[in-house]
Amino acid sequence: MTLLSPPPTATTPTAPSAPARRRRRPGRAGWRTYLCLAVVTALSLAPLYYMLVMASRPNSDITSSPPPLLPGGALRDNVTRVFANQDVMFAQALLNTLLVATVATVSVVVLSSLAGFAFAKLRFRGRSGLLLVVVATMMVPVQLGLVPLYMLMSRIGLAGTLWSATLPFVVSAFGVFMMRQYAIAAVPDELIEAARVDGASTTRIFFQIVFPALRPAAAVLGLLTFMERWNDFLWPYLTLDADHPTVQVALSRLSGGYYADQALVMAGTLVGTVPLVVVFVLFGRQIIGGIMEGGVKA
Amino acid sequence: MSLTDLGRAPRTAAPAPPPAPPPSRSRRRPWRERSAPYAFVSPFFVVFAIFGLFPLLFTFWVSLHDWSLLGGERPFVGFANYRELAADGVFWNAMANTLGIFVLATVPQLVVATVLAQVLNTSLRAMTFWRMSVLVPTVTSVAAVGIIFSLMFARDFGLVNWLTSLVGVDAISWQDHRWSAWVAVSAMVDWRWTGYNTLILLAALQAVPRELYEAARMDGAGAWRQFWSITVPMLRPTIVFVTVVATIGGVQLFTEPLLFNAGSNDLAGGTTGQSQTVAMYLVQQAFTGQRFGYAATVAWVLFGVIALVSAVNVLLLRRIRSAE
Repeated sequence: MTLLSPPPTATTPTAPSAPARRRRRPGRAGWRTYLCLAVVTALSLAPLYYMLVMASRPNSDITSSPPPLLPGGALRDNVTRVFANQDVMFAQALLNTLLVATVATVSVVVLSSLAGFAFAKLRFRGRSGLLLVVVATMMVPVQLGLVPLYMLMSRIGLAGTLWSATLPFVVSAFGVFMMRQYAIAAVPDELIEAARVDGASTTRIFFQIVFPALRPAAAVLGLLTFMERWNDFLWPYLTLDADHPTVQVALSRLSGGYYADQALVMAGTLVGTVPLVVVFVLFGRQIIGGIMEGGVKA
Repeated sequence: MSLTDLGRAPRTAAPAPPPAPPPSRSRRRPWRERSAPYAFVSPFFVVFAIFGLFPLLFTFWVSLHDWSLLGGERPFVGFANYRELAADGVFWNAMANTLGIFVLATVPQLVVATVLAQVLNTSLRAMTFWRMSVLVPTVTSVAAVGIIFSLMFARDFGLVNWLTSLVGVDAISWQDHRWSAWVAVSAMVDWRWTGYNTLILLAALQAVPRELYEAARMDGAGAWRQFWSITVPMLRPTIVFVTVVATIGGVQLFTEPLLFNAGSNDLAGGTTGQSQTVAMYLVQQAFTGQRFGYAATVAWVLFGVIALVSAVNVLLLRRIRSAE
């Protein structure tokens, strides 16, 4: 069932013989390709570099003309001032974000694995209908329900707290679907059946056989979820009170006009951005794989 | 739009049934075992029902009331909120901004992403490095993007005005005009999302058999011709998918214009609302004006817009499929 990847056309793929392949490598990149990619890379990195430059300059430099183009020596000073700022509570915000993102990530990974396994390997009434519901919910812009969601959080006394920013995101339709797709191929039916014959319960089968087999997909799902939660803005901005900011909310507060101090704002932005860039550099290959497969497989 | 939106691949509408497990002695299995599948899938449905579906549907109910946050009277007013909205100039201004920025941000983004996907679909050295450098803006948080770009677009000392001054253009006050605010906000969206779309398109491109290009080459087609005659037609379904995702995200645009106006009139999108989007108007009505009923009306109308655009896209998809 593929609408996205078009069916192979009449051209039958035939493996070219080895010497032929060596003679004419298809689509080999020339210098123009690399030049183009270098320009794109520069454009990708330029705003981040600009952030670094501004975050490492004393505030008086920021308004100078021409604008400074090389990093200065005030980074440590600016970062210190960000953390010393009582209004913004940046250290607290970092901790809060870590907490919210970690809880949501662990929950999404575990619950998605459970549900994905059930949809892939267990037989029960209503399975295909329920799976259709999961897929359909991926298309629903639930963010638009934020008015009643806020009323709900107020009613149950959670508005303003970190719980209100976490609870709506402890499950993910995308996660369920992704884990189901992975479980179909990754967990052999024979293994499950053999465990059943040995008298293992379904729960035990999940924890001892299925979850270990799902680990690669679980890791990618975890990375994507963590990044999404770390960067989330709209809902935390609306629901969290002044005492419980996340990093992104703290950043918006920093830039909110009480401070004409752009070096301070840039230093805060840098501190809020670096953790994810580090994660990305460490796990870039997996993250890219997850995104590309999410778009094409399934 | 978010990273995990990417699972919204349209072709997943009817997933193929997984291989049925061998017939088991399910009739004999204890209740605990028979209920296990439901126990496994229920957390998703319970949480989604409470925090996703219920608020969305309840939005409609709220929109039929004159509903403010703190208890008190909540008279049922029928469609009065909708009638008010239809005549609300501020709302239509926000709608124009939203759609304008959406078009301005999406069209160049998809053009560049398609070309870039083609460029990346070659045997490259350091392939992962190039892909990562394309994707790094998507990893940057939307708040950070808003803050950094706002500084770059500052009137008196911003990088952009400095660059344009080199070619003799006078300093532009980007926040103050509608067109310039649209350009600046679109630039933020483009920077953040082009790489993501590039990778989605690249993934689709890699499913195109190489032999097609070889055959075209042997027939004497140049790179440009190959791009138009092979790449674009083969990518059309994916382009439609990417457009749907961009629509869902674009119609709800909020953070970039908010931070672009940080400091004064941020929710209002500037002094005369020149960059206020519908989502900003919604939040303004709900959280500054305490008019939850009216805000819910805005949300429901926005929902209608998204549903409409998605329906158009489904029709489009079907036409493309039947054309194949």
